[in-house]
Amino acid sequence: MAELETPVVPYLEAPNTDAGSTRTMTLNMGPQHPSTHGVLRILINLDGEIITKAQADIGYLHTGIEKECEVKTWQQVVPLTDRVDYLANLSNNLCYCLAVEKLLGLEVPARAQYMRVMLTEITRINSHLIWLGTSAIDLGAMSVFFYCFREREEILRLFEFFSGQRMMTSYFRIGGLALDAPRGWRQWIKKFLDVMPSRIEMWENLLNENPIFKRRTQGVGFISVADMLDMGVTGPMLRGAGLKVDLRKDKPYSGYDKFDFDVPTQTTNDVYGRYLVRMEELKQSLKIIRQCYEGMPEGAWQADSPKVILPDREKMKTQMEALIYHFKIVTEGFRVPAGEAYAAVESPRGELGYYVVSDGTAKPYRVFMRTPSFANLQSLSTIFAGVPIADSIASLGSMDFVLGDTDR
Amino acid sequence: MLPEALQQDPVAAALAARFGDAITGGNLNLGELTLEIDPARIVEVGRFFKDEQKFEQLSSVTCVDWHPREPRFEVVYHLRSYERKLVIRLKCKVGAAGDVYAIDSLYPVWKSADWYEREVFDLLGVTFHNHPDLRRIMLPDHWKGHPLRKDYPVHGYKYSYADQQ
Repeated sequence: MAELETPVVPYLEAPNTDAGSTRTMTLNMGPQHPSTHGVLRILINLDGEIITKAQADIGYLHTGIEKECEVKTWQQVVPLTDRVDYLANLSNNLCYCLAVEKLLGLEVPARAQYMRVMLTEITRINSHLIWLGTSAIDLGAMSVFFYCFREREEILRLFEFFSGQRMMTSYFRIGGLALDAPRGWRQWIKKFLDVMPSRIEMWENLLNENPIFKRRTQGVGFISVADMLDMGVTGPMLRGAGLKVDLRKDKPYSGYDKFDFDVPTQTTNDVYGRYLVRMEELKQSLKIIRQCYEGMPEGAWQADSPKVILPDREKMKTQMEALIYHFKIVTEGFRVPAGEAYAAVESPRGELGYYVVSDGTAKPYRVFMRTPSFANLQSLSTIFAGVPIADSIASLGSMDFVLGDTDR
Repeated sequence: MLPEALQQDPVAAALAARFGDAITGGNLNLGELTLEIDPARIVEVGRFFKDEQKFEQLSSVTCVDWHPREPRFEVVYHLRSYERKLVIRLKCKVGAAGDVYAIDSLYPVWKSADWYEREVFDLLGVTFHNHPDLRRIMLPDHWKGHPLRKDYPVHGYKYSYADQQ
């Protein structure tokens, strides 16, 4: 094997004459930095180790999904919404479906509502697992990352079992679900419910009283409540500052008012507080899933609306109307009455809203996604100002953004 | 003037009492309150909602292109009040002044307008006066055109199908 040449690094012979001066340094973090959790670029001005100014530069993952929605039929948009926040895909499906169902005036049957709630709560656990694993590995706790991804794998297999897809499930459709739950789903959910509490306890044992983790997170990442409200921050960051806000309680959608759960809050307003809030949310989600599992109603899983829902295969063989509707829905899609609607759900990251405008045709006129990551990321400059650069990594993890969600 | 159907709504009535002449329309469809505001008065109205009506958050700013109708753009604001558990929608119709579409920025009222208005500027080409840092946010600085406008092709200008049969 040929010997590798050692590259010669030219270095300055002259001593650094302005050591100790007030010179500041500009550091370019990202877009390929391992702890930015995606393609985020941050420009940091440093005075020694202290950040004097930080500016987030987004747009590296802009895919033009909102534009693409305008050339798809209403139902074809559902798979696009998965790709917006790829860690909370079913929350996006749900929010879009709720907005269009509002325009159509569709009533979704109870079984579909329960299924939707159950699966979005599993999505919440899935998303929080990624957050827990990646933000812990940023602080050096590597084992948590492996445990989280082991459990996440089980959740992805559960999604595959329900929908045939691991990540981009597109399981919710306008008017209900894509398919009824497969045979044997009860055993899967039962197993999931039996296993998860002990796993959550294990992660808490690894981190809650871990002195390194506590030193790195307590009192770090502070931002005042007034600033957060002003900048549009929502979700666990607000709850970590003592505000008891949760759209599932404040403005229940998809039948959340039938479930019994708490909204966890902390008053410390730091990274550790946000960590405790999210860990408690995992337990509350399990509580909701258990209620869905026990009270799952039987019956229809799609709305009774032949103009929107594809007809039953057997009916198509005997009824002319069913065949006509099938042809119309498949060839041109269904029409949605002209108007506008805004639906908001509590995604794992905060308020996720879809603002849809229809001009009465079979394609959306405009779909706007109010994504939580975009608004939460705006607070980055405020959180970063005046803190040491090592703390910024901890704060970054606690914000829990997804760049696909930010850039769309 | 406030439409008849909205006289009973507390938020709409409160606004009408203070800024009756700034309201150009509104509706209450699907349980969502929409108020159309004169674009020249949006900052005053925004300040009124934040300071006196307890709408702590400007949840989002977006824009709809109604090309070729005039006024072409509709800037849409969603305001959220946690205390009153309410969401309302404000709308401003922005027409062309020369070849520029412009409206006042809400940044002096809510800081969350910063990125949202940059996004609207980037993707739809509506200018916001008094915005502290108005430049493209999603697309590169050298990008030409505004993709979310209705006269911008979905596949962009990169490929031409003109010479193909």
